[in-house]
Amino acid sequence: MQDISRFEQMRLISDDQGTSRRDFMKYCSALAVLMGMGPAFAPEVAHALTKKKRPSVIYLHCAECTGCTEALLRNVGPFFDELIMETISLDYCETVMASAGDASHDALLKAMNNPEGYICVIEGGIPTKHGGEYGKVGGQTMLQLCSEVASKAMATIAMGSCASFGGVQAAAPNPSGAKGTNEALAHVGVKAINIAGCPPNPANFVGTVVHLLTKGMPKLDQWSRPIMFFGQTVHDKCPRQKHFNKGEFAPSFTSKEAKQGWCLYKLGCKGPYTYNNCPTQLFNQVTWPVQSGSPCIGCSEPGFWDQYTPFFSAIEDGPDKK
Amino acid sequence: MQKHAKRNGNRLIIDPVTRLEGHLKVEVEIENDRVKNAWSSTQLFRGIEMILKGRPPEDAPLFTQRACGVCTNTHALTSIRAIEDALGVTPPPAAQLMRNLILSALLVHDHLVHYYHLHGLDWIDMAAATTADPAKAAKIVSETSGRDADPGEMYIVQKRLKDFVASGQLGFLENAYFLGGNPAYQCSPEENLILSAHYIEGLRIQLKLARAMAIFAGKNPHAQTMIVGGMTCYNAMNPEAVAHFRALWEETLEFVENAMMPDIILMGRRFPEAANYGRTSNFFDFSDFYDTNGKNPYFRSGVLWQNDFNKTDKLDVDQIEEHVARSWYVGDEARKPYDGVTDPKYTSYTDEDKYSWSKAPRYKGEPMETGPLARRAIAYARGEKETKDLMDHVLKEANLRPGQIFSTMGRTISRVVETTMLTRRMKGWIDELDERAKSGDDELCVDWKMKDSAKGVGYCCVTRGGLSHWIRIEDAKIGNFQMVVPSTWNFGPRCKEGKIGPCEESLIGCPVPDPARPVEILRTVHSFDPCIACSVHLVDARGKKIQSVRAL
Repeated sequence: MQDISRFEQMRLISDDQGTSRRDFMKYCSALAVLMGMGPAFAPEVAHALTKKKRPSVIYLHCAECTGCTEALLRNVGPFFDELIMETISLDYCETVMASAGDASHDALLKAMNNPEGYICVIEGGIPTKHGGEYGKVGGQTMLQLCSEVASKAMATIAMGSCASFGGVQAAAPNPSGAKGTNEALAHVGVKAINIAGCPPNPANFVGTVVHLLTKGMPKLDQWSRPIMFFGQTVHDKCPRQKHFNKGEFAPSFTSKEAKQGWCLYKLGCKGPYTYNNCPTQLFNQVTWPVQSGSPCIGCSEPGFWDQYTPFFSAIEDGPDKK
Repeated sequence: MQKHAKRNGNRLIIDPVTRLEGHLKVEVEIENDRVKNAWSSTQLFRGIEMILKGRPPEDAPLFTQRACGVCTNTHALTSIRAIEDALGVTPPPAAQLMRNLILSALLVHDHLVHYYHLHGLDWIDMAAATTADPAKAAKIVSETSGRDADPGEMYIVQKRLKDFVASGQLGFLENAYFLGGNPAYQCSPEENLILSAHYIEGLRIQLKLARAMAIFAGKNPHAQTMIVGGMTCYNAMNPEAVAHFRALWEETLEFVENAMMPDIILMGRRFPEAANYGRTSNFFDFSDFYDTNGKNPYFRSGVLWQNDFNKTDKLDVDQIEEHVARSWYVGDEARKPYDGVTDPKYTSYTDEDKYSWSKAPRYKGEPMETGPLARRAIAYARGEKETKDLMDHVLKEANLRPGQIFSTMGRTISRVVETTMLTRRMKGWIDELDERAKSGDDELCVDWKMKDSAKGVGYCCVTRGGLSHWIRIEDAKIGNFQMVVPSTWNFGPRCKEGKIGPCEESLIGCPVPDPARPVEILRTVHSFDPCIACSVHLVDARGKKIQSVRAL
């Protein structure tokens, strides 16, 4: 997907000056295709994205690096400014919101009391050890805050692998007892959709939001990831698969085989065990790690920091998922 | 949901401080409408360093990179430098150039996003922009930049803002301090419209810079192609990829020269009082952006004492100590990083005792500010030409004196000056890489063998200041790994001797005319570009003795 949309112009200029309208519909089609619906679903996507009342989103940050928010800033259909000005109402998000302290807390309360409800997005693992004292926002533990906000949400999205599965801070020995949303918030009945990845592809987040707005809950796999994005392994669509099939493996990063784009399996690629759409969706519209000569580290899989490491060694028998 | 702490007598607590990376709480004591005392508290602990122990050293960059997704790439690169130092490995020239381009693009990206999207709403009144005359705004742009502004573009931005406000759903602007009018916001409606337009345009530019990084990095955030020994991105070692990077860089340069530069001059003029508060005392930073022979760094390390251009010094890394007396760790002894003992123990938040997860690093016993102001002040003091010319230009246009760079506004000016000079400098590295690609150079990495026992250090000039990673390799695994990060320097708490941290010091004397809307405090805190996730993993939660690593 290139920089096709001029959403703002679409809203300003009437349909007969059709260029920007066509651009907008083009990205609605792209989103529809991404969601596995086919281009005929585009009008419904367009309708969901131009509703007069924008759906409210509360975006919480826990034990994280803000890389998922940064990934969202990189989205192109819609662009981030279109997302927060014309598509959703980002009623709480500490990274971008104007207000701070009490004023931001008031904004949170207002959004939570919105009679039309809200979608809760959580970025980061939730520290649980010692009652969650390792992470606080506004005097509350992240565990308390997420429990209250997510349990009342219409839907909860775990943005990224930390929120999905605990992430890097949950790697052994997990000093802060960090957990993924569904594990940490099971006691309040939260069932989040996991948009896994470190960071996730922002298109997978936007596609999930659009799905919630048009068709409701997407179909999920055993790890609560939408099958429309996480239904195939990275290996299934990998452009280097032909080398894998012929047993053509690069023996080192300095080898002529590496330069010629041979398979990176023996250098540690976890693509065969990793469910994500990187090869088709790409990152930043230009490439993805394996295309750029780096073995897949399995960043959309639960526990990859422990189970898929060492990163630069092949797992001959496949990882042991716990 | 409980209502949390707020004004308590003459105390004011801002928690969370928003528009930053991570979790920060700031408490101030107010007397006669000014801050009398301040406490900066980081509110999260993650423990990445102890997670690293026992793992293969070459995996460390992928772990440490997750310390921060905003200054993404920099922790990975710094870890790689530490390991390459330990192994005695030098990557090929083309890989060094790619790393310079990734790091410089990251700094420019990060400075831009901070300036407009994290810091911007401390200065920009987006609501006032809806009352501007778009034609007049376009005229101002044409007069103050190299752009021939189109009033239609200004009209479109304004229409979007009007629709947004009229929708009644204020979203990210809910409860903004400028809503309903606020005398602290001093730009005219037209100027606010220009700045709002650049806020939106900046969002589009930053994703192009991210794309530029991804060409060599494999993706952004979180590069994956930087490995010990070099780079893996053979697909990008060709003139087409370099040309793509160059095109994205050209768009960035145009924006930096014609939006950021005029905007900082405008802000300097409109907010002159912000050049009179926010002062700290001492500064340091490392060297970075070396040539392909490992010489002539574009950013040169140094120290500057007491806000005095005549008191510069060479940096001696052996003089760094870390204090924990006021941090949530057992004990109160100050130790050198290579001798540190850390034993986390959350007690409670109290201004009399321990109050932060951040340690308090000191250099020769003094708190030190690091980051763009430190780098530019040191370079300015040394008379480095590009810094001096750009800084003098901005100061003159904004009617400010050189001594006023030691302030909230000066920190922000330094950031834009650094962005501009670094963006211009990138051309040289692009040209060099282009020549190598055209000549058929395809050497991007070298082989290496892990040592059973070694130690190494990596330094990096990252967006927010000097970053260092220290590794000790034992039995070919990570025996100890330590990160000393910019936001620990800038946002750390008091030390054993009771000396306050730089952010805390900068807040003292800060005006608070309206405690319900403490925008002056936010301006000052944000001027450092807080990146708290970087400073919250500096501990070994089991309280083991952290063994020595030493600068080589």
